[in-house]
Amino acid sequence: MNSISLKNIRYKYPLTDHYALDGVSFDFEEGKFYGIIGPNGSGKSTICNLMKGLIPSFYLGDLEGTVEVQGKPVDEWEPEKLCTKVGYIFQNPFTQISGIRDTVFEEIAIGLENLGIDKEQMIQKAEEITKRIGIYDLIEKNPNELSGGQRQRVAFASILAMDTDIYVIDEPTSQLDPDGTESVFKIIRSLKEQKKTVILVEHKIELMAKYADEIIVLKDGKIIKSGPAREVLSDYDLVNKKVAVPQTVLFGHEMERAGKSLGKLPITIDEAEVCVRERMRGEQL
Amino acid sequence: MSIELQHVHFRYPDGTLANEDLNLVIHEGERIAIVGQNGAGKTTAVKLMNGLHKPTEGEVIINGINTRNKSTAQISGMVGYVFQNPDDQIFKNTVRDEVEFWSRYNKLDEKEIQSRAEWAAKLCDIEKYLDINPYEIPYSTKKFVSIAAVLTARNPYLILDEPTAGQDVAGVECLSKLLHYMEQDGKSVITITHDMEFVADNFKRVVVMAHGHIIADGTPAEIFAEESILSEAKIKKPQICELSTRLGLGNIMKIETLVNKL
Repeated sequence: MNSISLKNIRYKYPLTDHYALDGVSFDFEEGKFYGIIGPNGSGKSTICNLMKGLIPSFYLGDLEGTVEVQGKPVDEWEPEKLCTKVGYIFQNPFTQISGIRDTVFEEIAIGLENLGIDKEQMIQKAEEITKRIGIYDLIEKNPNELSGGQRQRVAFASILAMDTDIYVIDEPTSQLDPDGTESVFKIIRSLKEQKKTVILVEHKIELMAKYADEIIVLKDGKIIKSGPAREVLSDYDLVNKKVAVPQTVLFGHEMERAGKSLGKLPITIDEAEVCVRERMRGEQL
Repeated sequence: MSIELQHVHFRYPDGTLANEDLNLVIHEGERIAIVGQNGAGKTTAVKLMNGLHKPTEGEVIINGINTRNKSTAQISGMVGYVFQNPDDQIFKNTVRDEVEFWSRYNKLDEKEIQSRAEWAAKLCDIEKYLDINPYEIPYSTKKFVSIAAVLTARNPYLILDEPTAGQDVAGVECLSKLLHYMEQDGKSVITITHDMEFVADNFKRVVVMAHGHIIADGTPAEIFAEESILSEAKIKKPQICELSTRLGLGNIMKIETLVNKL
């Protein structure tokens, strides 16, 4: 079964006259890790808002087409049921954090509390998640007094606590250092191992290349390319379209131009290292 | 003319020691990157440079003036600070009002107000958003609104706190252009960033922070060659540098250099 299906979506935000999404159709299969990339303003966050039903229930505007979550149109889901299926981590942790809870612990428990989960279970869950995300030592702190990077991890933890089938994650690492970023990607990969469906919007293309199964490229509200990560990211045409590609792809392209082709455009450092070593070995023979 | 930190310590009211014995001189016109983990004390350190924080111990001297004896408003005339979170900074109803705020507050004449706003908007590539409410534009673009607003003060020193966060290819290019322009104009830009490719491409001087201390100060090539610094500050080499190291070719920063070596 598809986790989420977008069918001929066209959407305009209120009081705007251009389509933020213009003819988007895509089936997100269960248990896969999808990366959505593309320039800012290409419609990435708009897709996230659709999957959670925030469009059209919160943002209004003109929506054509349908969004299905687990085979059922999103507007037929009761909001309190939908939020146990789709977890949405906002782009900006400063907006996501409720602001009405005094400790990180309470912030993380807020969703569970709203679902009426038993207190002991709630405490256990919040402890487990904070340890997994590496913020256990922050649980007594006020979420509104944390650094940007810390808040981003709290926002992430509060959604993981909901244990949904599908995670829609909008730039979860924008405020994080490289180490924190990689640890978030590892957590996301572990979600995949638990057969969760992950849809991630992210600019850090090197990590997308390393971790995502499939990549979708959006530009001007349209999907301009999609498929397995290696196939999509090694398309040099993306560079001309101002879509970020890994530096190793640019390197592979420059090698080709210098008449030193690596045979393919490597999308990760590991791949690039293997390609270069093979080429060097070939030259020695 | 310079920003000088002399044995600066900073302790938050809750007792957390965020900066310990910082010593740093940034000359007017100099461009530096500050890197390091979340919680390393980077934002605290730059807030000391524009008077938002006053040192608990030690002295911060800006162009010969000790920040201890001045208000933040007085210091901010010399050092402009663009907040990490644009929502902490932006408060007007249109981008234009936001970008004109400093000039109006300081009672510049109408022609000068217009000319500074247009100049800053052009430099930050936000001209098409001028009549829009800042809260209706994407987060990454909002960052440029907050930069443009500070630019209009034309301070000799500008601090950018994580401007690369969430930026796409065009956004990063715009920041590079801005850094270049400021250098031509003799202005100093101090940039906090986690994007090491951006650092390698745009900076000759990098200050590395960890656990509230400055642990290194040098060129990107020097910094990325020191494994102990990288692991202490938990920073990663840019991809090309990492690849060239693995291939036993040292720390190469530029793609073309690596291609030529192979």
